[in-house]
Amino acid sequence: MDPKRARESPESAVLSRPSAFPDEVLERILSLLDTHKDRSSASLVSKAWYHAERWSRARVFIGNCYSVSAEILVRRFPNIRSVTLKGKPRFSDFNLVPQNWGADIHSWLLVFAEHYPSLEELRLKRMTVTDQSLEFLALKFPNFKSLSLLSCDGFSTDGLSAIATHCRNLTELDIQENGIDDISGNWLNCFPDNFTSLEVLNFASLNSEVNFDSLERLVTRCNLLRILKVNKTITLDQLQRLLVRAPWLTELGTGSFIQELTPRQYADLETSFKGCRNLQTLSGLSEATALYLPALYPACANLTFLNLSYAALQSEELARLLAYCAHLRRLWVLDTVEDKGLEAVGQNCPLLEELRVFPSDPFDEEIVHGVTELGFLAVSYGCRKLRYVLYFCRQMTNAAVATIVRNCPDFTHFRLCIMNPGQPDYLTREPMDEAFGAVVKNCPKLQRLAVSGLLTDLTFEYIGTFAKNLETLSVAFAGSSDLGMQCVLEGCPKLRKLEIRDCPFGNKALLSGLEKYESMRSLWMSACKITMNGCRLLARKMPRLNVEVMKDEESNDGQSYKVYVYRSVAGPRRDAPPFVLTL
Amino acid sequence: MNAMYEKNIDLEATELRLGLPGTSKKEITSRSKKRPLDESTEGSSSNNDDRLECSAPPPSKAQIVGWPPIRSYRKNSLHQKKEEAEAKAGVYVKVSMDGAPYLRKMDLNIYEGYQQLLEALENMFKITIGKYSEREGYKGSEYAPTYEDKDGDWMLVGDVPWEMFIPSCKRLRIMKGSEARGLTCGL
Repeated sequence: MDPKRARESPESAVLSRPSAFPDEVLERILSLLDTHKDRSSASLVSKAWYHAERWSRARVFIGNCYSVSAEILVRRFPNIRSVTLKGKPRFSDFNLVPQNWGADIHSWLLVFAEHYPSLEELRLKRMTVTDQSLEFLALKFPNFKSLSLLSCDGFSTDGLSAIATHCRNLTELDIQENGIDDISGNWLNCFPDNFTSLEVLNFASLNSEVNFDSLERLVTRCNLLRILKVNKTITLDQLQRLLVRAPWLTELGTGSFIQELTPRQYADLETSFKGCRNLQTLSGLSEATALYLPALYPACANLTFLNLSYAALQSEELARLLAYCAHLRRLWVLDTVEDKGLEAVGQNCPLLEELRVFPSDPFDEEIVHGVTELGFLAVSYGCRKLRYVLYFCRQMTNAAVATIVRNCPDFTHFRLCIMNPGQPDYLTREPMDEAFGAVVKNCPKLQRLAVSGLLTDLTFEYIGTFAKNLETLSVAFAGSSDLGMQCVLEGCPKLRKLEIRDCPFGNKALLSGLEKYESMRSLWMSACKITMNGCRLLARKMPRLNVEVMKDEESNDGQSYKVYVYRSVAGPRRDAPPFVLTL
Repeated sequence: MNAMYEKNIDLEATELRLGLPGTSKKEITSRSKKRPLDESTEGSSSNNDDRLECSAPPPSKAQIVGWPPIRSYRKNSLHQKKEEAEAKAGVYVKVSMDGAPYLRKMDLNIYEGYQQLLEALENMFKITIGKYSEREGYKGSEYAPTYEDKDGDWMLVGDVPWEMFIPSCKRLRIMKGSEARGLTCGL
């Protein structure tokens, strides 16, 4: 461990290689570097730069919590104020990873308490966080300001009470889509009366009712509040009262947008929305109907992000709303808006860069609604700047996708989910190979791709040949042989994350990527044709990779495995549960 | 979507073979448009037979773990929404009683079972309805609660399980006297 600042002594300055700047100046300059990529590059320039960078780094991002240990982290970066950690493999969001798999934050917090007592920010995704950990966090870090938990599990609203009670300097509490125990809304009452520093409060995904008086008082006294996302227990007239207190919000998540309002109440609501001149992001709106949506219109002029993915709007309702949202850059909707609603998107939102269409009824096989290729096409004609799309649909054609990417060649993220596994082009009955071939050929900036539908190895040949900037690939129910996966491993130089399920890729494919995996963050394969021997061979040949195997409970033959391969400087993990075998 | 296409989709979903039936790069790049109703796909005929002959029932989407890929939070909230919508919707049916001058309306959804429904009817019309038995219908009173189902048939309330009753009941009629007895005996 480096003694703090020992190298500043005159002797060491003389002995070390002369650099253009004194260390302090170099550090000051490097501290202006923002992105992790830039900082990583800077740290590779020279030893002096490596040290200057590591002393000046305040924020660290760890994409796989098992790729490095807390001990290694604190040794290298002594002055960290902000930590972002991602834990479980992404497929854990879809129940493919058993409970108690790991990614528990607690051991990290113990190390941070000792080495980063001034820690200010913790942003966690897919980690296990217990109430005990939240309490520890609240008590041991007096400067703690910002907590963001996305898709985590293991805690309850009691843990939030601890945060609210003890974090005197809290500026952000962002709780999103976690699998937690929602015991009550009492946590909100725990903010002390003299607590005024809150800037961001997002409890939209909690279900318990909160005490409205507490909330109103909190919003009133926290005059720096700029982001407020309430849950659906907050009624329309309660929302109106909050808006009056905080008209300078830049991001608003409404509660349930349905209620019997008197004309007077409706007028008040409209006035309050008129007063929200800074609104850039709007979400929530569950139960919103044509009746009260118009109250929103005055607030939409500056909207850049509209998240309607929990509001089952019909096409007409969406069309009327979008007429007021000319500056929209990001739009999330449910497929209840149907193709007609998406036509309205194409007509009203020329600046749109991101579109996500979620399915409202993904498991109902009788459904014939939702969106089709026509909706996507309509958007592509009107929104030429589209670069991010997530599209759940029940039918698609190669021709439509080809047209879409001709209209919008700037795609960086293309995630198409044809919900019926292995479904071909519904008009020609051909596989969807040409669709994804068109995507990779026409979109040179493509970073992230998720494929679906009936796909042969040809799709992967296309990907390997053309997708030279691809970093993340998700594959399900696709491919014909090992060749498919091989093409991708050999052809995509920037590949970092590869996640595969239910594909006919076997050991040959797995082992074709031996050298590749060390340059990647991780590989996930489940319900493929991998055998234990293949995994053992991989582990033996690549000792710096962690090769973790789990038995696949869902498989019929008992031979199927889930394999998670990732590079790590921390060695095999010490907290693996019994069902995870590290080879 | 035509039924044949649906069937094909289902069959394909059951197949966990290593490759597509007879597909090869050459065959795929041939751009010939297939007729939508054509059951054959790119190439080999032999596996088409497999496809057509496969008679195993397709795994329903609900059985595939983690598919479609939607986060649990979203899945649960959609499910909750559906349930709320169904609960709120209310199942209003007209209720008539022989001899009573006015029709009434009631929301079947607020009752948890036949017991509660019958009590409500008794209160509403100030009558006593007998005890229900499968063989003998309603004994012990001159009233028998009946309902018209989706097919237009008049059934005795209680003949089908409660969950089946709610969606199929179009209207209620409390029969009186001999007609009631007739219905009872006939079932």
